[in-house]
Amino acid sequence: MADAALFEFLHMEMVAELWAHHSDPGPGGQKMSLSVLEGMGFRVGQALGERLPQETLAFREELDVLKFLCKDLWVAVFQKQMDSLRTNHQGTYVLQDNSFPLLIRMASGPQYLEEAPKFLAFTCGLLRGTLSTLGIKSLVTASVASLPTCKFQVVIQKT
Amino acid sequence: MAVCVAVIAKENYPLYIRSAPTENELKFHYMVHTSLDVVDEKISAMGKALVDQRELYLGLLYPTEDYKVYGYVTNSKVKFVMVVDSSNTALRDNEIRSMFRKLHNSYTDVMCNPFYNPGDRIQSRAFDSTVTSMMIQVC
Repeated sequence: MADAALFEFLHMEMVAELWAHHSDPGPGGQKMSLSVLEGMGFRVGQALGERLPQETLAFREELDVLKFLCKDLWVAVFQKQMDSLRTNHQGTYVLQDNSFPLLIRMASGPQYLEEAPKFLAFTCGLLRGTLSTLGIKSLVTASVASLPTCKFQVVIQKT
Repeated sequence: MAVCVAVIAKENYPLYIRSAPTENELKFHYMVHTSLDVVDEKISAMGKALVDQRELYLGLLYPTEDYKVYGYVTNSKVKFVMVVDSSNTALRDNEIRSMFRKLHNSYTDVMCNPFYNPGDRIQSRAFDSTVTSMMIQVC
């Protein structure tokens, strides 16, 4: 239980720190901070993508990798599974979490909607990093309609 | 004990390759290179066979008169190739598996090192010492 709190506080501080030293409050500076967060999440995801599937057998197809993300990765980082995974079978997946741990302490409803993307950037990077170690190039974006429910959209880049 | 250990990235370039210093290194480099073809064959064969379990350990890739080559692939498509002396008949499959497991653990530690950029050559001394412990007593 305590370890979950440690990560949540660290994450909050990361976001607060990046926004405290905002020399450029316009949209350019915002994007920089969001990409810094996403980059951090990416590196962490790369390492997790190596360590977590260590004992599991090789993945047979893309859907197995996504299921691994929703179950094992989410449980390891947030102590719960993803609530729903949907796909259009053409390379786009939507992962929905109805009570995202990094947002649940903030509000439950439409309050703080504009601030929510800051708290999702790291997790988007995390998903992208894990996918990249497992051999899948992707683009991950997040959207929030009402806290604490959020959706992560994963689009696989076909090279 | 292993005579040569190599870690190959998923784009098929070597991240780490080390052979026992007494032998001709180039010969081992070629062996590892040719064994990559066998590894690819095994991976694609596993994909087509509708087996539920896909193992990470690939087993004996090919034997030559002096040496045997073993392979292992991780979930991130990083391949480990190990060349052992054929005269060392005491080495059983289980021992090779445990050597690969140790290698995999060390490799995971290297990945988690914040000073390591994925895709670079491995320069970690901890990894070096794990490999050394597997390569002793060759001469």
